Amino acid sequence: MNKAEQTEIKVEQEAGVSPEQDQGAVPMIEIKGLSKSFGSFHALKSLDLTIARGKVFGFVGPNGAGKSTTMSILATLLSPSSGYAKVDGFDVTKHPAEVRKRIGYMPDFFGVYDQFKAVEYLHFYGASYGIPKKEREELIPQLLELVNLSDKRDAYVDTLSRGMKQRLCLARCLVHDPDLLILDEPASGLDPRARIEMREILLELKAMGKTIIISSHILPELAEMVDEIGVIEHGQMIAQGNVSEIQNRLRVKRILYIRLLERLEEAEQFLQEQPHVTRLMRDERGIHVHFSGQDLEQAELISELIAAGYRIISFSEGQTNLEDVFLEITRGGDGFE
Amino acid sequence: MRNDTVSKDWRSKLINPVLDKEFRLRMRTPRTMWTLLAYLFAIGLFALSSIYLLNMSSGNAASFNPSESRMLFYFLSFVQLGLISFMAPGLTAGVISGERERQTLNLLLTTQQSSTTIILSKLLSSLSFMILIVISTLPVYSMVFLFGGISPAQLLLIFFFYLFLMIVIGAFGILFSTIVKRTMIAVILTYGVTLFLYAGTALIGYVAIMVSMQVSGSSASNEWIVHIFSWNPAVAMYSILDPNITREIVYSGSGSTASEPFLQLWQEFMLIYLVLAALAIWLSIRYLRPRMKQSGK
Repeated sequence: MNKAEQTEIKVEQEAGVSPEQDQGAVPMIEIKGLSKSFGSFHALKSLDLTIARGKVFGFVGPNGAGKSTTMSILATLLSPSSGYAKVDGFDVTKHPAEVRKRIGYMPDFFGVYDQFKAVEYLHFYGASYGIPKKEREELIPQLLELVNLSDKRDAYVDTLSRGMKQRLCLARCLVHDPDLLILDEPASGLDPRARIEMREILLELKAMGKTIIISSHILPELAEMVDEIGVIEHGQMIAQGNVSEIQNRLRVKRILYIRLLERLEEAEQFLQEQPHVTRLMRDERGIHVHFSGQDLEQAELISELIAAGYRIISFSEGQTNLEDVFLEITRGGDGFE
Repeated sequence: MRNDTVSKDWRSKLINPVLDKEFRLRMRTPRTMWTLLAYLFAIGLFALSSIYLLNMSSGNAASFNPSESRMLFYFLSFVQLGLISFMAPGLTAGVISGERERQTLNLLLTTQQSSTTIILSKLLSSLSFMILIVISTLPVYSMVFLFGGISPAQLLLIFFFYLFLMIVIGAFGILFSTIVKRTMIAVILTYGVTLFLYAGTALIGYVAIMVSMQVSGSSASNEWIVHIFSWNPAVAMYSILDPNITREIVYSGSGSTASEPFLQLWQEFMLIYLVLAALAIWLSIRYLRPRMKQSGK
């Protein structure tokens, strides 16, 4: 980098303006050809993603698909092997300090300083973001109110429940009023009540106009607040679009339940070899078949079973819900080809 | 976006958030109190038993002579040196990896605190605690003063040497804590380096002298070889206690004792380790956060 470029960047940083901000609206997140390898393991393979300001983006994928890696790169905690990621126009590798100012990051697993009181915990992070004490004293009660922890203000962090710690961590993300929230599985390990509380807080944040990128395995619960969904597997984005689009695309998938008089194991083997069968689950009396074919293929499947001599008690078509859909996508089925 | 103007009061200049956090949290764990107690108990035990033994050997419980008192001071100084070398790796080798293991490091790294601030604050807070411990042993030293034979300047120099050694071992501890993922490994590596500083340098020095004497066929060793001993903290500290030792060691082979050596052994020690400690701290700062490629596009 020559001296002139260095000076230019310095000026941009001092002004707090990204290189592209003056050229009109910049997407909050812009990822292009992003790859990350750990030795021979490719965690991300040329990922592209753009998220506009104020949008809530749901990131779905099985464990190890690359969600956390993408989020860590956005949070300046990992450097990409190739490609680039920009937050508010700032490249995460070139202007990490500017990026950090703009993001609130909540990792999937995080620790807390147990010996701190809830209020001290927030003061520490507030101070770490350079917020003066006077401002913090006004801000922190509001944050505790937002995450429903006002009554736990002076409780030591190690006495808080997991759900409370999760909410405290969310308040920590908000302490410097970031534009972008990167939330990696914010509801993992929470009981249903705590999940609902978390969702309500997220809805409030959405209403405040924050851009949120959230990964979750409880995405069906969040479907109403997410504007767009991206499905990632083996480090590649395999589907991306708004929620209703994805739902429509997935409705063609069916779950069939076949009850048989005998030879369940054999039938399972047989079904596995049939076209359009993406997944099988056997219980004591029958087999659940995830089926990607249409009516014609379904009729053929029944005929094949009968022709092979299996005695069918019943054959029914179940309703697919979003949860099944996500299970289906994230196990690498052929539903999106 | 919030403007990140740091408040201008003197406290925020002296104590950054990381340091403030370290001070508070350290003093809130019972382990801190137990560490202090164990340390004072150990040094007190050594001091009292050595006084008792000196008493016994002198055969006269009613009087002390300064040379005995000096022996006691030497003994206590080496005990303290050993205890510091034992304590410093344990207190510093977990400061970064411990945060990593408790999964708090990533949260800290996404704040506006610079890597330099984080590393130096961690080192400073560990140092402060070690200084507190060493200062709390002063009453034990006061027993020696009661009997005489030691100058205050010597005592100050010894304490300065302790402080320096703490920084050196602390710098290595933080370096291993930063570059090694697990605290246990970082602690083992730091103890390994500390052991090398004492036993390794002594052994290398001894072997080098033996080999050079064999090669040259005389009983005199090369002058430069004896400087290996300036890498050894125990020898360096002994050169503070007994200033003649430098001359004796440096000119042990040549037989010339006319001139004073350019640097005392402890001064050489400080020069060498100042560079190494600075290097360790610089590497820690560099590797705390991922190395970002500047050619990102």
